[in-house]
Amino acid sequence: MSLDAAAVQQKVEAKFPGKITRAELEVKDPFFVIDKDAIVEVAKYLRDEPELAFEMLHCHSAVDYLGAKDQEDRIEVVLHLTSLKHRHWIVLKIELPRDNPKMHTLEGVWPTANWHEREAYDLFGIVFEGHSDSRRILLPEDWAGHPLRKDWEWPEEWHGIKVKPPEKFADRAQGGEEIGIGPFD
Amino acid sequence: MSTQPQYKDLEPDEAYAFKLEDLEEDEMILNMGPQHPSTHGVLRIELKTDGEIVKDAQPHIGYLHRNFEKHAENIDYQGIIPFTDRLDYVGSMGNSLSFAFVGEKLMGIEVNERVQSIRVLTAELQRIASHLLALGTYGLDIGAFTPFLHAFREREKVLDLFEWLCGARLLYNFNWIGGVSHDLPDQWTDRVKVFLDQFEPVIDELHNLLSYNKIFTKRTATIGIIPPELAIGYALTGPNLRGSGIKWDTRKEDPYCGYEKYAFDVPVGQGRFGPIGSCWDRYYVRVEEMRQSVRILRQAIEKLPTEGDVHETVPKRVKPKPGEVYARTEAPRGELGFYIVSDGGLIPMRVKARSPCFVAMSIFREIAKGEMIADMVAIIGSLDIVLGEIDR
Repeated sequence: MSLDAAAVQQKVEAKFPGKITRAELEVKDPFFVIDKDAIVEVAKYLRDEPELAFEMLHCHSAVDYLGAKDQEDRIEVVLHLTSLKHRHWIVLKIELPRDNPKMHTLEGVWPTANWHEREAYDLFGIVFEGHSDSRRILLPEDWAGHPLRKDWEWPEEWHGIKVKPPEKFADRAQGGEEIGIGPFD
Repeated sequence: MSTQPQYKDLEPDEAYAFKLEDLEEDEMILNMGPQHPSTHGVLRIELKTDGEIVKDAQPHIGYLHRNFEKHAENIDYQGIIPFTDRLDYVGSMGNSLSFAFVGEKLMGIEVNERVQSIRVLTAELQRIASHLLALGTYGLDIGAFTPFLHAFREREKVLDLFEWLCGARLLYNFNWIGGVSHDLPDQWTDRVKVFLDQFEPVIDELHNLLSYNKIFTKRTATIGIIPPELAIGYALTGPNLRGSGIKWDTRKEDPYCGYEKYAFDVPVGQGRFGPIGSCWDRYYVRVEEMRQSVRILRQAIEKLPTEGDVHETVPKRVKPKPGEVYARTEAPRGELGFYIVSDGGLIPMRVKARSPCFVAMSIFREIAKGEMIADMVAIIGSLDIVLGEIDR
C-alpha cells in the first residue's frame, strides 16, 4: 500500500520524536531533513518497518550550497529511497557544516552506499565515519582537493600536465558570467 | 602559488589496493589493466588470484572521468544536452530523454503527444541498438565471433535510420527541454516498419546462433549469480535486476512519455540452465527485451499523431524557479536519473547523474569471488557496463 510523504513523516515522528528537523511537503519532491546523529537508526527503521520497506537507496548525492541565494552555507547529502514492495519513494536530507562535513556511514543499512560515499568523499570532501574503504574513486589517488565544492580553484598543473583551462574561459565561467550555449533565437 | 593543497608523487605500490604483505602462499596480485580488449572500456580490475581461481577482485574506475557534473554548473540547461549524450555513448537517446524529462518537470512544461510518440520511437530503437551491441560483444568476449557480425549488421540499419532523422549516428543532441530537435522526415515510419518486419526473425536467429549453444550456457549459466536481496541492496536496476527474477520496470511502475498507452511484457530471468540470477539470465532478459521493444514500436507507429509541432513547447530561455527535482527513466542499462537543483538562474546549481552502470560495477566484487579468471570477462559482459556512464 503506497504511502504519501505526510504519512511517512507521521510514522517516523512517532518512532523518533524530534529527529526530523525540517520537512517540506509542498514542493515537487517532498523531503525531510534528518538530524545527522540519528540518521543510521532512522535509516534502519525505514528499511525494516513492513509498511514502509524502503529497501533500495536509489540515489545518493551531495550538494554544496555556498553562495546560493537565500540559503545558508552548508553541504547537504541527499538520499532518494525507493520501496519496490509498496511503490513509493521519499527524499531524505542531512545537513552538514561546510568546514568539517562528517557523518556516519550508511554502508551497513544499504550496501550500495559504499561506492556512493566514496564518490561524495572524492568530489566534496565529506568524511564518512566507519566506512570500510575510504579512498578516492573517480579522481587519481594522488589528486589534491575536492573539485565539486564551489570554492575550488583550478590547480596550475598535475604531474607536468597543464590542468587550468586558458585564461578567458575559466575566468568568465567562475566569475559568474552566464556562458550560453544552445538554441537561442 | 595558489593556496590549494599540492598533489604528491605516489610510490608505484600505492596504486594497488591489495598489499603484498597480506598475500598467502601461492597467491599473486594481477592487473586486468586499463587497456584490455574485453573490459568494455578503460576499466582496471585488480585481482588477487590463487593460480586460476580469483580470491578477490577490486575494480578501479575513473580513467574516463570527464567531470560532467562540474561542466554542468557552468553551462545553461539546453547546452548540457550534448554533454548528457556522451555519458552512455552507446544509448544516447535515453540519456538526453532523461535530462529533458527532468528539465521539463522542473519548468512545469507538458509536451504534446506527437513529441511523446517521437520520443518513444527513438528510445525504443535506441534500446534495440544498445542491446544488439551488448549481446554481440558479449558473444565476442566469450569467443563466438559470428553473432557479433549479425548483431552489428542490424545495428547499422538502426543507426542509418537515426542518421536520416537527425544527422548523427551515435551522439544526437535530439531531445531538448520542451521538445525534440527534428521532426520525422517523410516515410521514416514506413522504413521503420520495413526494418521491424525484417528484424523479428533475426532475434530468433540470434537464439539459434548463441543462446542455447552448449558451450555458451556452460560458460555463463552457473557464474555471476546475483540473489535478489543482494541485487536490491546494491540498488541494481534494469536487466541486471530483472535477471534475478524481480519484475521492476520504470516504464510500468512510474510511466513517462505516454508509455501507459502501449501494451508490452516485462521479461524476467527464470533460471533455465542454472540458478536464477546468473549471467545467462541477464543475457536472455536483454534478448527478450528487444522483442518487446519491437512490439512497442509497432504500436507507437500506429498511434503516432499526425498533427503537432515538435518545437511548440521549447522555451526561449530555460530559467526554472528555485527548487529541485529528481526523475528517472528506463535507459537500456537500467534506471538513469538526474537530480537537478536550481537556484532560479540560467545555469543549474547542481546536476547529479544517477548512473545505472556505476551501481552495477559496485556489485562486481561480491559476485566475482571464487570464480576463474576467464569468468571475470563473462561477468563484466553480463553486467553490460559502459565506462562513460560509470565515470561520467
